[in-house]
Amino acid sequence: LADVSHVMGAIKTQSPLPRTFSRGMVQDPSHFDVLVMPNLYGDILSDLCAGLIGGLGVTPSGNIGANGVAIFESVHGTAPDIAGKDLANPTALLLSAVMMLRHMGLHGHAKKIETACFDTIRDEKVLTKDLGGNAKCSEFTADICRRVQDMD
Amino acid sequence: MKVVCGQIQTVTLIPGDGIGPEISTAVMKIFEAAKAPIQWEERNVTAIKGPGGRWMIPPEAKESMNKNKIGLKGPLKTPIAAGHPSMNLLLRKTFDLYANVRPCVSIEGYKTPYTDVDLVTIRENTEGEYSGIEHLIVDGVVQSIKLITEDASRRIAEYAFEYARNNQRTSVTAVHKANIMRMSDGLFLRKCREVAENFKDVKFTEMYLDTVCLNMVQDPSHFDVLVMPNLYGDILSDLCAGLIGGLGVTPSGNIGANGVAIFESVHGTAPDIAGKDLANPTALLLSAVMMLRHMGLHGHAKKIETACFDTIRDEKVLTKDLGGNAKCSEFTADICRRVQDMD
Repeated sequence: LADVSHVMGAIKTQSPLPRTFSRGMVQDPSHFDVLVMPNLYGDILSDLCAGLIGGLGVTPSGNIGANGVAIFESVHGTAPDIAGKDLANPTALLLSAVMMLRHMGLHGHAKKIETACFDTIRDEKVLTKDLGGNAKCSEFTADICRRVQDMD
Repeated sequence: MKVVCGQIQTVTLIPGDGIGPEISTAVMKIFEAAKAPIQWEERNVTAIKGPGGRWMIPPEAKESMNKNKIGLKGPLKTPIAAGHPSMNLLLRKTFDLYANVRPCVSIEGYKTPYTDVDLVTIRENTEGEYSGIEHLIVDGVVQSIKLITEDASRRIAEYAFEYARNNQRTSVTAVHKANIMRMSDGLFLRKCREVAENFKDVKFTEMYLDTVCLNMVQDPSHFDVLVMPNLYGDILSDLCAGLIGGLGVTPSGNIGANGVAIFESVHGTAPDIAGKDLANPTALLLSAVMMLRHMGLHGHAKKIETACFDTIRDEKVLTKDLGGNAKCSEFTADICRRVQDMD
């Protein structure tokens, strides 16, 4: 890691301990930027950080493979109790899809969709139950669609 | 361990380095003001080479701890390239300190984003991922052994349930990743389940480590006593300290075999402010309060703890790290005054 940073020049590297990160993370997460770590620490810290922004229902995720393969995914559960009832919150999968667009270089579309999604949530008028509202999944989706179309 | 009413108990005091001596003095002053039946036997802990060439703690310190059983310790510096293991590791090995216990309670007057934390992390401190067994397979490929034993797992589980019972806690949650580490965490979990059978008065639950972390930062009020192997405990105990304001306000206790228990502040030696009457003695003081409870001196513990929390809540006399500009001696004097006013 130190070798890479030497080559890249301007990039700062640090290597604090996982416990220091955990402690620092809950006191002031704004100090942190990109964190790279081995498997177990990543398992723990990725969920911890998802918790900081509201949980798995709003957290995007991407998995990068060899040979150019990349799979983006929502990391919440299947929620069988609300399946098929038009109650689900598509935010996590949507933000993962936005991440996918960025990975593909489609930054314009990514920005448009992400902004529409965040605007809908910020407006607090059409929110699914888990976000504190009582809108249907389809209504939440329609609101985002409307905003996206209004941007053109 | 109970103290006979009226009997003065001798406790080994290891002031430590940096701000250690001044915060130890603060604690001694407050204990005196509270008329706690404690007398202190000061000892230094620096690594020395024993007859066989092995690093050890000074014999006077070892004798004192083995005689008194109870110790209070300030921060120790770990000099880089000193050639010896860390002092904390030496202490752990010398007294078989198998349980690290950290009660984390939100402190009114010291605001953090989390307001109603009241949990305890109990960390197995002798084995697990920190067994120090690593080897090179070939260049660029290294293996590390996570050692989990039936005995250590049973011992920590028993301590956790007894702690819960003795401290009127409702539940014990085993934190694990037995879905992935089936044999190691699986063994740990099995032992917890077996011990739980003997403590039907305490609720037992199990939770994956990542789920604990996810939930902990969203709503820590759901958690009570948490018991876990070494690495998870290392991370979670600091995470929980962060929830209540950091290592400057978090108490800690290490339980060993043969009745030894060492309570300690877990922050650093703060060499930049050492000797300048600027240090915050809260962590060491709350560790000393934990020590009093361990010794059965609940009245004195409550008195000192209340005085400390009242001083912080009042926000008039706070050390710099707590957001004020009072000296350590002024903060200490305020707590002493409150303690004396309670009589």
